[in-house]
Amino acid sequence: MTTTALADADTVHTPAKSSFFARIKWGRMAAHGALLFLVILWTFPTAGLLVSSLRDKDQLTISGWWTALVATDRSEVARLSTAIDQVAEDGSFHIRGAFFEPDAGRTIVSFGLSNNDLAAAKPGETLPMRDGGEITVMADGTYDWASSTELTHTRGPRVFYIAAIPPQFTLDNYIEVINSNGIGRSFINSFTVTIPATIIPILIAAFAAYALAWMNFPGRGVLVAVVVGMLVVPLQMSLIPLLRMYNGIANMTGGQSKTYLGIWLAHTGFGLPLAIYLLRNYMAGLPREIMESARVDGASHFHIFTTMVLPLSFPALASFAIFQFLWVWNDLLVATVFLGNTEQTLVLTGRLRELLGSRGDNWEILTSGAFISIIVPLIVFFSLQRYFVRGLLAGSVKGG
Amino acid sequence: MLEQIVYALGTVVIGVLACFTYFWGTNWLLDAFLASDEMGGARSVRRDTLRTRIRPWLFLAPALFFMGLYLAYPVVATLWLSFGDRTGSNFVGFSNYIWAFQDPNFLQSIGNNLLWLIIVPSAATAFGLLVAVLADRLWWGNIAKSMIFMPMAISFVGASVIWKFVYDYRGPDSAQIGVLNAIVQAFGGTPQAWITVPFWNNIFLMIILIWIQTGFAMVILSAALRGIPDETLEAARIDGASDIRIFFDIMIPQIFPTILVVWTTITITVLKVFDIVLAMTNGQWDTQVLANLMFDWMFRGGGDSGRSSTVAIVIMLAVLPIMVWNIRNANAEEVTR
Repeated sequence: MTTTALADADTVHTPAKSSFFARIKWGRMAAHGALLFLVILWTFPTAGLLVSSLRDKDQLTISGWWTALVATDRSEVARLSTAIDQVAEDGSFHIRGAFFEPDAGRTIVSFGLSNNDLAAAKPGETLPMRDGGEITVMADGTYDWASSTELTHTRGPRVFYIAAIPPQFTLDNYIEVINSNGIGRSFINSFTVTIPATIIPILIAAFAAYALAWMNFPGRGVLVAVVVGMLVVPLQMSLIPLLRMYNGIANMTGGQSKTYLGIWLAHTGFGLPLAIYLLRNYMAGLPREIMESARVDGASHFHIFTTMVLPLSFPALASFAIFQFLWVWNDLLVATVFLGNTEQTLVLTGRLRELLGSRGDNWEILTSGAFISIIVPLIVFFSLQRYFVRGLLAGSVKGG
Repeated sequence: MLEQIVYALGTVVIGVLACFTYFWGTNWLLDAFLASDEMGGARSVRRDTLRTRIRPWLFLAPALFFMGLYLAYPVVATLWLSFGDRTGSNFVGFSNYIWAFQDPNFLQSIGNNLLWLIIVPSAATAFGLLVAVLADRLWWGNIAKSMIFMPMAISFVGASVIWKFVYDYRGPDSAQIGVLNAIVQAFGGTPQAWITVPFWNNIFLMIILIWIQTGFAMVILSAALRGIPDETLEAARIDGASDIRIFFDIMIPQIFPTILVVWTTITITVLKVFDIVLAMTNGQWDTQVLANLMFDWMFRGGGDSGRSSTVAIVIMLAVLPIMVWNIRNANAEEVTR
């Protein structure tokens, strides 16, 4: 960027033009800056979630996640040994030990002998002890309590210190949330709901879309209008009658009203308008000559559809599949209403919502749980972004 | 747990097979029973037309069945239930509607929904347009677009967790772990429990949806911007128009129809939004919206189908103008096809 701008400036000699280029460069800088700012603004919250989910849960509650890469200070207390542990060396008596394992990576920032005086001494310095002698604490947490007379105390005195704890990243939060908070179970449930609810509507919609795109029959225009209208019908309109219907069926047959079959069919019904709309737009754009020459050759509609249109429509099928997958996976409303929120049937979104209510302050659980729930759509999204964007464009711009 | 996955995969196989059997089978039956190969004259022609008449409906039947059962019938049924009592078995006329317009919660939801409708679509469209214009000029624009698009893949509940963490509040004496309060504190302000501060908490909830929807607006508007002919922009530049003028006087008018489409699409999303409010506040601290109110009445005290249907109908009424507009656009396009 800079080199081309400079090269351009070099070749131009009139003063007016060079000031024009100077202005352009400023404009570019501003554009870079503004876009960078927006990107940071947009990714910062998600980054916070990911980083927090990997942090030690004690650190998570006392420091912001943006400090995760620097050491955090924490005040701690340790009790020294009693006189029994003293060793005699060269006529003086010592109690030696360490406040923490030397390879823990922690360091002592300061220490003191009372709770109010944490900063009494720096590492390497010495403080007099009430029980006699004096104590030296080194930065690595080892201490040496030396006394010229024999120590007699029976109760170990306490030492207060501030330790700098290095950044700790761990998968413990994930292990906990999967095993003991039901996230693992919900993950399976989400898959159970999503896979059939994504695949079943595709075939049904593809046949209907072909009929609306390439078959002539009275009422076709009206049907297209109906599909376009149904695209925006709020789900809220469907829930109550369907819930009543499901309950009615369950009462009559003595079965359950909240079943996977019920939610699969519901998602099929709700997803069909978009599926038909996307696929029809795409199929209608296929070249007319291919269809007509095949018709002239005597191929039936069924044959044309299965051997030519369906394979050619793969990009549109993929677009819809991604849409439906993301929508079903991320859905909370339909799952809550048609699957309920018992321990066995909660999907990830429902579980997350429940955790938000019951464990609202346990950020180590919430962040790792949320990340598990968004990782699958993120993978789908980033690996198939091209199809997703194509579907969005076909769904919004063409038809309006 | 494992048998559940097997059950799901089994359903996929059975479902696909059933679909295929249906489509293939009905086609075969149609051709077998209305065959015209060894006939001549009028009878054959009649059978041919009958076949072409019936076949589209065979293709359409399953889709029509599901859309009828899961979308068309419920719309009518909900309208009917909104005139019924809480069990849906007695007709009560307009009393649910009268209740609604006297209920402070409902009126508050209407007010909040209006706020959402004004702020979210305009903010998301404006940010989307800004990103689209900026990103198309810069070499790393595509990466930037991916990053801003990413929230589209995240569920509303997941986004709520992400943002609840941003808004997190600890007592005034402890270190703030929510970014917003940490920033406020760094500038010398007093940390707040943001989502409990009436009125402003609405804005904080809206930010979540804006965050999600900006990517959508950006993708659509970016495609529309690329559709503007280069000659038009080039001509304006030669005439000495500044970037700002090109943006307002050429780009915006050229893509205005697309802006409208984006705007209306986000408007519909806003009307249906419920997950965010449910997860963040459940309507407390004056943040109730219609979709969450409807959900609330659906289950409150065993459920009140009359009142929740009434709220659903109000949402539907708000969507209706956009629906009509969409259908008219689609019909206009159908004519030109």
